[in-house]
Amino acid sequence: MNRRDFVGLTGLGATALLLPSLPGFGAKRVDPSRLLEPGADTILKKRLADAALNAAKSAGASYADVRIGRSLNQYVFAREKQVQNIVSTESYGVGIRVLVNGCWGFASTSVVTEASLAATARLAADIAKANKLVLKEPVQLAPQQGYGEVSWKTPIVQSAFEVPVKQKADLLLAANAAAMDAGANYINSALFQVNEQKYFASTDGSYIDQDIHRLWPTFNVTAVDTKSGKFRSREALSAPVGLGYEYLTPSAAEQVRGPQGTDTVGYKLRYDILADAALAGKQAKAKLTMKSVTPGKYDLVLDPGHLGLTIHESVGHPTELDRVLGYEANYAGTSFATLEWKAKNLPYGSPQVNIVADKTQPGSVGNVGWDDEGVKTKEWDIIRAGKLVDYQKIRDQAHIVGQKASDGCCYAQSWEDVQFQRMANISLKPGPGKLSVDEMVSKVDKGIYIAGAGSFSIDQQRFNFQFGGQLFFAIEKGKITEPLEDVAYQSNTQEFWGACQGSCDASDYRLFGTFFDGKGQPAQVSSVSHGSATTRFNGVNVINTARKV
Amino acid sequence: MAILSKDEAQALLKKVLTYTTADECEASLRGRTSGNIRYARNSVSTAGAQDSVSLAVEARFGKRSGIATCNEFDEATLRRCVQRAEEIARLAPESPEYVPLLGPQTYLSPPSAATTTLTPALRAQAAADSMNLCAAKNLTSAGFLDGGTSFRAMRNSKGLEAYQQSTNTEFSVTVRTADGRGSGYAIADVTDPAKLNTKALTQRAADKATGSVNAKAIEPGKYTVILEPAALVASDDLSLLGGLVGGLDARSADEGRSFMTKKGGGNRKGEKLFDERINIYSDPLNAEVPGNAFDGDGLPTQRMSWVEKGVVKNMYYSRYWAEKNKVAPTAYPNGFIMTGGTQSTADLIKGTAKGILVTRLWYIREVDPQTLLYTGLTRDGTFYIENGAIKFPIKNLRFNESPIIMLNNIEAIGRPVRLAGCLVPPLKIRDFTFTSLSDAI
Repeated sequence: MNRRDFVGLTGLGATALLLPSLPGFGAKRVDPSRLLEPGADTILKKRLADAALNAAKSAGASYADVRIGRSLNQYVFAREKQVQNIVSTESYGVGIRVLVNGCWGFASTSVVTEASLAATARLAADIAKANKLVLKEPVQLAPQQGYGEVSWKTPIVQSAFEVPVKQKADLLLAANAAAMDAGANYINSALFQVNEQKYFASTDGSYIDQDIHRLWPTFNVTAVDTKSGKFRSREALSAPVGLGYEYLTPSAAEQVRGPQGTDTVGYKLRYDILADAALAGKQAKAKLTMKSVTPGKYDLVLDPGHLGLTIHESVGHPTELDRVLGYEANYAGTSFATLEWKAKNLPYGSPQVNIVADKTQPGSVGNVGWDDEGVKTKEWDIIRAGKLVDYQKIRDQAHIVGQKASDGCCYAQSWEDVQFQRMANISLKPGPGKLSVDEMVSKVDKGIYIAGAGSFSIDQQRFNFQFGGQLFFAIEKGKITEPLEDVAYQSNTQEFWGACQGSCDASDYRLFGTFFDGKGQPAQVSSVSHGSATTRFNGVNVINTARKV
Repeated sequence: MAILSKDEAQALLKKVLTYTTADECEASLRGRTSGNIRYARNSVSTAGAQDSVSLAVEARFGKRSGIATCNEFDEATLRRCVQRAEEIARLAPESPEYVPLLGPQTYLSPPSAATTTLTPALRAQAAADSMNLCAAKNLTSAGFLDGGTSFRAMRNSKGLEAYQQSTNTEFSVTVRTADGRGSGYAIADVTDPAKLNTKALTQRAADKATGSVNAKAIEPGKYTVILEPAALVASDDLSLLGGLVGGLDARSADEGRSFMTKKGGGNRKGEKLFDERINIYSDPLNAEVPGNAFDGDGLPTQRMSWVEKGVVKNMYYSRYWAEKNKVAPTAYPNGFIMTGGTQSTADLIKGTAKGILVTRLWYIREVDPQTLLYTGLTRDGTFYIENGAIKFPIKNLRFNESPIIMLNNIEAIGRPVRLAGCLVPPLKIRDFTFTSLSDAI
């Protein structure tokens, strides 16, 4: 994720001044009612796109694609008893990518006319031609069928943009009150609503119209002990989702209780922000006096709202083919999961570890119909029974690993940025046999149960990592005994996944996610989800993070 | 269109303000024209150009405020934009944190001195110079060059007028050996692209790459370290010094939720928190790192001392928090300067009996906001020093350390250099805490 932006946002000290640095949230601010107006129709978009494609071909392009993007966002920020900001943004423009003499060139414009798009296509071609000077390996683009005129829409029950702003603000204020009543001193809450209207056209003959919706309600609760100067926080256990406003309608069937002896509750595809905020207020206050962990080796039982981030960093990123090949060497890093994959012998984890990539899972933020170079999305295996079997790749990478097609992993954060390889949803399959979280805990002699994602850091080849969390509970002789604080675990990716003892069954499966997976230069963000059921890892090194300054 | 002159920008803003009937109204413009080239595996991967201007209008009726923006500048669109801001303002709740718009201000004139413009051809040539140097030595380079011109302008109904244009170009390169056993890094940012030497930077990264092959493992623990500037500040991520200076916010400290919170209430402004050799200030007129003349509220920036002889001299007060606490508000700077001595990194190495040279730190995250404990890893050139010389490369290490503790364990401070819009010296620090080894190269 764009780390600086994410760090700023997770603190939720965010104001309108911070937000302009957030792509998609820093665009034009508009009247909320404008967000319901329909965008340019597909007949107009096709005409505009054809103007750009024709200009690109005339300028010598062997391939070109055009993305006409209308990005609508609204966010509501509240703290304690007041609404801080209600901001509606709109961004409209076009990005054009061309392949000339084996080199890519890209340019974008916010002036959406046929003449402007043709000129922008020629600028992209000029940039591609300038790069001929340094051409060493001409781009080889995997062939892609054209789909003609097609469309796709996120399956939602109710668009968040149709809900009156006051209703959304009132919901956050009610959540804030619930947290304060339960013992919190402060709460910052936020509701992010995203609608990407993307029109893609390419010289392959595709004209793809997509209407993508995402939602993320979140908060951060703080409890303070003025006398000692100590403070502790607890973040929401919600997830960003590829759903409409229906995500905020609580449903008992979509809630999963943590193990007996904990008071934690996890959420599937419906979230109860009021209940979670009340619990967070209570838990933040309790954290002020919790026992500090004794460092050492523990068996970890990790809930999906926590494990998703560990999957993201230790499996999602190292299996991105651009990192493996070295394209990210100067920024996000490379990967330990080198092309030994070809021999299908790179040991990644225990036989219990089965991990899939997909861009089609309903409710996930990665769910779309086509990627940003006209490839239809799918699901495929990344790790099968502990062995790495494939990567995530795009059209100009497939030939490098001897494959004929892209996986549909090419995306740009907005019309004004160039598309490149981005992470699909990467998810751990639940265990095949029936297993509840209580049954899992009952077999642990000395362990820690961790819920919620906290601090996270991993090296540039994805070996060594350290993760914190939101809530920690000691497990002794098969039972949860007491809550703990100051917990972080350090491990190595292959050791950690090698210590995986298996997961609970599908009834425990939930999604973690983020809007802000960051990569590339200039840095771009991308939305991604990670599913899993509660999973056990044996003998992991736990450190104590308390310090005196 | 992207870069408007002062007169063009103010004429446009003046026209916008004539359309409003609000009690208070403020209009601002920002634009940027930029170009970039990115390469990896000794070949260009992406290259592009970006160009944008936008207008924001804030209208206020009493304590109610609304904001609307547009990026077209014909009269009808401008009028609609103002009307929309007024409509939102009439519907908005009253802000309990309302502060009136600022009146006329006097601003400094930070130097802006770009003597050349980077064209696509010049960017491609700079990338070629870097790649060719590496290819000739059987090394692999991955780099990024991004530069352009920006402007910001503001005007309001209380008489405030502000305008500034600035330029910035940044280049970074990672060089790896063909077998992937060595990696080195170099980075620089400049106001004037003519001052950028991509060849020299690539050579530095190449030397680090070839020098870091056959790294040895050492036991994690407390070590004396020399942290080069790229281990202290970063333009694209959280950094040890960036996190510390950015965390000097008075409100969060007063509310009891910051490392600057005082036991029993209030904040720690005026306390000596660091070694007495630590001095940190911001100065928009510095020739090497010119800063913003005004912040987002239109407040003028000025030379401001943050840490003097280890004592926290100032903290950030927003206009609302300043008024509530009856102190002067603080314009938020866009960079800082840490003073130092005359020693280069090489001089610091010469004066070190045993220690570790750290080229770059990466993936830094806050572990505990109470103590500002950070974790992260060394990367792209980590070396063991013995008797004043680099002895051998070592494997990368994870640290868990607080910059507050770090700035109390100062052994020596080198000569400041520009990085990420800041001036930062290399620091020699004792008892820096490494907690585990990494196999990453």
